[in-house]
Amino acid sequence: MLDAQRRAQVIASRQCSDTIGVMTTYLLTGDEEYLVSRAIAEIVARTQAHDPDCERVELPGAQLAAGALAETFSPSLFASARVVIIRDGQDVPKALHDSLLAHADTLAESITLVVAHAGGAKGKALLEALRKKGALVQPCLKITKAKERAEFIRAEVKRAGGRTTADAVELIADAVGGNLRELANVCAQLVADSDGVVDIDAVRRYHSGRAEVTGFTVADAVMAGDEAEALAATRWAVGIGVDPVLIADALADGVRTVARVSSAGRGNAYQLASQLGMPAWKIERAQRTARGWSAPALIAAMRVAAELNGAVKGGSEDRVFALERSIGQVIALRSQFKGNS
Amino acid sequence: MSVFDELIGQDDVVAILRRAADAAAEVVAGRPGSGMTHAWMFTGPAGSGRSVAARAFAAALQCSNGGCGQCGACHTVMSGTHADVRNVVPDGLTIGVADMRALVVQAASAPSGGRWQIVLVEDADRLTEAAANALLKAIEEPGIRTVFLLCTPSTHPEDVPVTIRSRCRVVALRTPAPEAVAGLLTSRDGIPANRAQWAAQAAQGHVGRARRLARDEEAASRRAAVLAIPRSLTNLGACFAAASELIAASEAEAAAYSSERDAGEIEALNQAYGAGGTGKGAAQVARGAAGARKELEKRQKSRATRAQRDALDRALVDLAAFYRDVLTVKLAGEQLRLVHPDMESSAAAAAARWSAESIVRRIDAILECQNAIAVNVKPKIAVESMMLALHQG
Repeated sequence: MLDAQRRAQVIASRQCSDTIGVMTTYLLTGDEEYLVSRAIAEIVARTQAHDPDCERVELPGAQLAAGALAETFSPSLFASARVVIIRDGQDVPKALHDSLLAHADTLAESITLVVAHAGGAKGKALLEALRKKGALVQPCLKITKAKERAEFIRAEVKRAGGRTTADAVELIADAVGGNLRELANVCAQLVADSDGVVDIDAVRRYHSGRAEVTGFTVADAVMAGDEAEALAATRWAVGIGVDPVLIADALADGVRTVARVSSAGRGNAYQLASQLGMPAWKIERAQRTARGWSAPALIAAMRVAAELNGAVKGGSEDRVFALERSIGQVIALRSQFKGNS
Repeated sequence: MSVFDELIGQDDVVAILRRAADAAAEVVAGRPGSGMTHAWMFTGPAGSGRSVAARAFAAALQCSNGGCGQCGACHTVMSGTHADVRNVVPDGLTIGVADMRALVVQAASAPSGGRWQIVLVEDADRLTEAAANALLKAIEEPGIRTVFLLCTPSTHPEDVPVTIRSRCRVVALRTPAPEAVAGLLTSRDGIPANRAQWAAQAAQGHVGRARRLARDEEAASRRAAVLAIPRSLTNLGACFAAASELIAASEAEAAAYSSERDAGEIEALNQAYGAGGTGKGAAQVARGAAGARKELEKRQKSRATRAQRDALDRALVDLAAFYRDVLTVKLAGEQLRLVHPDMESSAAAAAARWSAESIVRRIDAILECQNAIAVNVKPKIAVESMMLALHQG
């Protein structure tokens, strides 16, 4: 997808509210389910504002039949408005494309058609045809990059009628994670709670910690000897549903990386990269970490990691306890053997 | 010639089984023969010939001459195609309850050949708890002509439930002497005497492994690679390199074993569900194909896991034997025979350098690694930890 298109979607939701008002055809492209649902809800709400009796019809794209199509698109006898929604536009059978497009062309004034399309190659012909016919396109793409997420948060706060700062945005992103539904709700809530000014203090009052912690965060903290950070990260990771097995694997990988790098001797990370089969940045970081480790400590730590691997796979009654215990053991080993290698 | 010829170094066991087969023949003839039992359990270390003994006994039961090794019954039993002998040879990690239930139903029927209905379970230690209980019902109340032959490493409750063990007659096999194994390799497979002797020694009494070592160059070179490991562990980096090499070798061995079979099985399954077919009815036939394929893939994955674990286990046994040799040289000098005579100089060099305690610690590390792999620790991590321990001593 085009980057410009991605960026456009953040503001698109606001634009929509200005352009809408006439009954027409909407095309929602992208697979972010939350944005799709929100766009649909807005369209329905707007139509309802014009006509409180408006009827909402959801058609299953995959099992669409020509008869049902004709019935849905014939104007109501009592002239009440109707919003026809096809959520899985990509699954509409090819045979019905023409008939659906024909209905879209000759849409009765009281009917609004909303087609959501997940993007991708499937059913692309329908997407292009609707676009050409001048359907209002609203991108609903998944947000993957941190920058886009920050932009989304800013837009959400603005949408709720508030202002925010860069550090507050970052804190929200850290604390809530990548789920747009949660992010949007959090933004709206924060604006309501803080009288419109969402600064870092306001965010801190309600949110703390981190929503996205991986096993590698834990392993990095353990190898650096930061017990408090390691235990906190473990709790966060387990709390958000990271499997202890993954954390245990990451811990073993951390020990392995430091051991291999430290035994390769001092050298240029870029030269070592091919020899060790690791990216240079990983080697550089491990070289820094390796200063705190001696060979006997690393050997003992690897054994702890192997025992932990068995413990988290059913060897222990309490997997989180096994993790925390091993973290404590590894960090203790690091200081125990310091200086006598 | 007799079906018991291949069961070497187990004279006591052969005598017991012959007597039982004679008694069984009496029963078939309608006389009250005594000495036959409906459930047998063959125990013994890996490679001692548990399944060989069970199969030979099955042949002796089906043969009208007490296991002549010549007749049709003997041939079909030994090749696994006899109509009244059901073989259960698990190639995955476990034997499931569904398989066992189906087998129990078959086991209850009368023998079509008029002699015995035999169920032969290789690796009965791989029965799941539910499967063992399903089998237990049948062993408790068998048909009059039904015989169960179970093979398991030991009668330990971890291997086989006590409820089953208590209903079976246990036949304990022992590790055959290297001379006996070498003799079999020479007489049956025509391997030169000195190579047979070397292979029998290196395989530590495991008949099948000795045969592979003697005949398969690749197996011999894999063994050489494993035995080169102790000398290569000079620093931490070398330990990790040795570990990843060992893992890669075991994966390659497992892949060579299973990839061809996997592809063939998937192909056969697709064909059974009419893959690539067009026209009316093709979709109807294909229904359920995805589920069946998933089931098959699950089975194949279990088989691949087992193949890799088995390959690793063989390597670890060789490795442990080397350290055992080092300890032997250290403590007993030249009096005791070494498992790996071709590694004598390295063993002697290591014995001079290491203390007896550190050698024992190394052997412990290998055993620990075997246990760890058995309880599902990632093989790579378990082997790495072991290599580091071997390096440190």
